Amino acid sequence: MYSKGLKPLAIATVLTTAGALALVFFYAPLDADQGFVQKIFYVHVPMAIVALGGFVAGGIMAIKHLRSGDPSWDLRSYVAIHQSIILGVGVLITGSIWARASWGHWWVWDEPVLVSFLVVFLLYCVYYPLRFSIEDPDRQARYSSVFAITAGAFVPLNFVAVRLAEAYTHPRVLSQTGGSLPGEMRLTFLVSLLAMGLLFVTLWKLELTSKHASAQLRRLKRRLADRRPAAVA
Amino acid sequence: MIRTAATILRKDLRIELRVRESVPAMTLFTVTVYVLFHFGLDRDSLDGELASGVLWVTLLLASVIGVSRLYAAEREQGGVDGLLLAPIDRTALFLAKAGALLLFLVAVEIVAVPAFGLLLLGPGLGGALPELVVILALGNVGVAAVGALVGALAAETRARELTAPLLLLPLLVPLLISCAQATEPLLRPDQGPEDLGRWLGLLTLYDVVFVLLSVAVFDYLLED
Repeated sequence: MYSKGLKPLAIATVLTTAGALALVFFYAPLDADQGFVQKIFYVHVPMAIVALGGFVAGGIMAIKHLRSGDPSWDLRSYVAIHQSIILGVGVLITGSIWARASWGHWWVWDEPVLVSFLVVFLLYCVYYPLRFSIEDPDRQARYSSVFAITAGAFVPLNFVAVRLAEAYTHPRVLSQTGGSLPGEMRLTFLVSLLAMGLLFVTLWKLELTSKHASAQLRRLKRRLADRRPAAVA
Repeated sequence: MIRTAATILRKDLRIELRVRESVPAMTLFTVTVYVLFHFGLDRDSLDGELASGVLWVTLLLASVIGVSRLYAAEREQGGVDGLLLAPIDRTALFLAKAGALLLFLVAVEIVAVPAFGLLLLGPGLGGALPELVVILALGNVGVAAVGALVGALAAETRARELTAPLLLLPLLVPLLISCAQATEPLLRPDQGPEDLGRWLGLLTLYDVVFVLLSVAVFDYLLED
């Protein structure tokens, strides 16, 4: 049920990712100021946007779960948050490398986006201990959903707060919408963003398919185990 | 619903008055942390950024103690079942718990803030008091709303004493930013509010978002 459209989606992901890489290395101009190292921007920023989008999407799926009581929405929300956390590790590492290369420090506290991302990441890390320390599956789903909604609403609020705290000390070089990017860079950035988004959706569907399949396998095995003693008798 | 909430709140306050568990522990904790900061920073008196940071971090850490004990009676004595059997709105329980935490925080601050002025603060507290009371009041509302939700969320996990602070503290970061930034100019030697409106606005936004959010999702934590 989750595997529908997985194949074309995977093919589209491969093509877009390849296209994005080609654009990054052969088409986008070198940054006059930062040089080659600026290319990490095409990985770092899409990854961060997709991760934050994944967190918020996880919250929306959690709302659907609480509204409908359908546990499959909880599973969707869990997989989305799980993948966003993995992407989050990537965001923090690439951000750190970029900061080191262009500002000379591995970590910069006056970069509001980086700092808010760390706070959000720390909060979401608690999702695992919370989820897996509740044994009752129904309650686990409900509590995880409540967490996902709270944290999802927290994401934008936190960004506003951290940005305000730094607003007047650190001027932004690139605006968030890419408005100040030259055309070639913007195209490359948008294709990279699309590739990252497609990658996220493909992996999300793949993970759901595999979880669904292993649950079905368990169910079949259990039924088989139930039947065998009866046959012997 | 308000009447039910008031009844549960009265019950919590009566327990606290008889057992004297959370508030004395939280108050003692704040004074201990001041002593730790005195030695950790090796400073006899603080002002400005450092003072407001120390004050707010201490208060938020103390609130962790209150949050992890907030549902102790319900959990250990099976009070939740009693509340679930009663034909009452679940929101009433949230309001009562948030109210109890709010009053605990006020009680702690009545001692902890003057103690901070006495032990660590360089410039006097007197001139800054009216603004500080407003900031503390708005901060308390936010901590109470988030704390009552997180306490309920952590109450059912196996390692609840670990989960509650880990959930609570990142969620309080925006609150810490606005409270500490709003308090900072008040604690400088040349006192005077600065940018107060911006930070109080953010604080109010935080309070509204988390009160509404907690009321909306709290029901699902008790559905059994």
